[in-house]
Amino acid sequence: MALWTLIGLAEGKASTSWPRPGAPDGQDGVLGMPRHDPASCRDGCRDCAEACPTAAITVRSDGGLRVDYGRCVVCQLCTEACPTGAMRTSSDWAFGVTDRADLVWSAEPESAPLPAGTARQRRPFRRSLHIRHVDAGSCNGCESELQALNNPFYNLHRLGIFFTPSPRFADLLLVTGPVTHAMLEPLRATYAAMPEPRWVMAVGTCAVSGGIAGGGPACGNGLEGVLPVDVFLPGCPPNPAAIIAALLMFLGRMPQRARGGRLGE
Amino acid sequence: MSGAELQDVPQDRLHEHAETVLHAGGRMQMMYAWQTEEGTPELRYLAEAEPRRFVIWRCRPHGDPPSLARIWPLLGWYEREAADLYGLRFAGHPEPLPLVLQGAGTANGNGRRNLPAVDAEAVQQLPFGPVRADVLESAEFTFLYIGEQIIHYAPHLFFKHRGMEQLFEGRDVGTGVVLAERVSAVGSVAHALAYCQAVEAACGCTVPVRACWLRVLLAELERLYNHLHYLGHLANTTTLKVADAEGKLLEERVKQINARLTGSRFLRGLLAPGGLRRDLAPGDWLADELERLREKVERYATRLEASESHLDRLITTGVLPHQVAFDQGATGPIQRASGFDRDLRRDHAYAAYADLPLTVPVRAEGDGYARQRVRIEELDASFVLMQRVLLLLPDGPVHAACAPQPGAEGLGWSESPRGSLFYAVHLDANGRLARVKVKSPSFSNWRVFPSTVHDTNMMDYAINEASFGLTVSGCAR
Repeated sequence: MALWTLIGLAEGKASTSWPRPGAPDGQDGVLGMPRHDPASCRDGCRDCAEACPTAAITVRSDGGLRVDYGRCVVCQLCTEACPTGAMRTSSDWAFGVTDRADLVWSAEPESAPLPAGTARQRRPFRRSLHIRHVDAGSCNGCESELQALNNPFYNLHRLGIFFTPSPRFADLLLVTGPVTHAMLEPLRATYAAMPEPRWVMAVGTCAVSGGIAGGGPACGNGLEGVLPVDVFLPGCPPNPAAIIAALLMFLGRMPQRARGGRLGE
Repeated sequence: MSGAELQDVPQDRLHEHAETVLHAGGRMQMMYAWQTEEGTPELRYLAEAEPRRFVIWRCRPHGDPPSLARIWPLLGWYEREAADLYGLRFAGHPEPLPLVLQGAGTANGNGRRNLPAVDAEAVQQLPFGPVRADVLESAEFTFLYIGEQIIHYAPHLFFKHRGMEQLFEGRDVGTGVVLAERVSAVGSVAHALAYCQAVEAACGCTVPVRACWLRVLLAELERLYNHLHYLGHLANTTTLKVADAEGKLLEERVKQINARLTGSRFLRGLLAPGGLRRDLAPGDWLADELERLREKVERYATRLEASESHLDRLITTGVLPHQVAFDQGATGPIQRASGFDRDLRRDHAYAAYADLPLTVPVRAEGDGYARQRVRIEELDASFVLMQRVLLLLPDGPVHAACAPQPGAEGLGWSESPRGSLFYAVHLDANGRLARVKVKSPSFSNWRVFPSTVHDTNMMDYAINEASFGLTVSGCAR
């Protein structure tokens, strides 16, 4: 008989204390959203837009590029197609935002302020948040990372955030996947079963915009036009630290870092 | 078809061919339909006519083609899928019901209520899902039970059907990889690999040696984190909490190694038709990390094997008999735990597996314990493979040109952590993807799984499911 409890104690503490300063986030080497630098673009060049499989990069009518990180699946094909370094690999994964417009690259970000009262409404939840997760047709990448949140390294409970089986006890509905036709009704029913106040978080590019499967024969375009979304977190999939950062941002315990399609300080 | 011998089989001789394979000790692997460019439907059957030889049968149906599900029960689901997606009807099918298009909100929403009629008050019906407790993939399970005893179990697995196969159509072969990597994330490498090998077979492309070796490294890293996850998850269901935490922590360590090596915790963004998108420099740190990890995994496995409360719950739980595993098409660790000595890495060697030592563990019992045991031994074999790759990794380029050939078609495969994975790729006149068939291991193993649930008890269900290690997205696509 193995003495698991003793063995567990002998192993010592495995959890990181991130986001405390100096603690590891566990994401060394992870590639995030490609960084866009329009000043380096060559006139008339549209190589990145042609390489992009999800139309995250499109050519505007004035010839410039529109880069929408809400559609980016982090495949890095644009960074390989770009001849000038205007799309470069980066480790920018902390892309949780409350305004969808902040996912689109813009020289002068103009995100809307939080609706009045919202921050005050969330205040009582700062120390204990209960989440109901619904998989609306993901590839299981987001689930794999959400499950990782409860492994000893990230240990989500230490932050007072919990997953709950019942929507009746949930404060936040966390949705993954592009919302397949068959999952639309179960998703709506879950939302309807939640008590007010309730919030919705779209995790992963599929839930934000449909991602690679969006608009296909059996899918919608994520939560667009399905439910009101309070937090958007694109990524394919977003890593566990990105999910934690977005949750803490939603609770007002961490600042939102992404504005105008790029990370600020 | 490149990758396998192509044989024309007239519709009225399908039965005879299917019988011949059965009696020759071969095995049917899958079937699919597609619409040729002339607009006529065509059926393709992948047969392993005799061990280690793939043959594709091509059949142009006229009228209703015959169902082969009575000879090969495992083909039943493939035929139902072809019926759903291509409007075909298979004559004499034992279960002529929708499969893929049976979720709520689809045309056949009521099809999922296909349950046996029960006229007994003691029998209770428990619908569970599609939104289940905890963070799990969506699927709906219906149990008919008396007390603890499960009489009948019906999973409805296609709520997550995204139409992935159709999404490939019209794409160029390069961006096809991005899709293949997103069919089932925890099988990203296996899917990308099978897809790339299918394209390479179609285009007659030879992959440089270094890329082949690095592909093995990536595929084995994927096996590592998957098997560790399932060992941890299994301990969760037997309420061995520390072992659950330990297994998930080891999984996390591998994902962090993945990120450090490739930039992706799921090893995405590297494979491409023709080799790899960029070279990797594994270096000494990786060999050292893997050796440290191997020691930890070995200690972990030894403790699992010494935990009687855990073993008590696994031994004789969820028994999959040898014959059922064969009839219903079990694959991967599941079939190896039921006495089949089969592994695509050895039997149909691809990438660099022919040059590497591979032990294939086989157990005869077919229970939850045998499945744990097979995974533990496969972990061991993976560490050996990876260290060998790191030791002998040849220098050279990692990418060769792979120009798409108009009208070409190819078959590719890989042994994913969950079992055999096949991609059949057809290109159109412009060299773009016309049809991509994805045969995932979970599609096979979900077909098998219910037969181990009937006539067992509720307490064992979660343990049994965990021991199978199934994904829903791989099945539903």
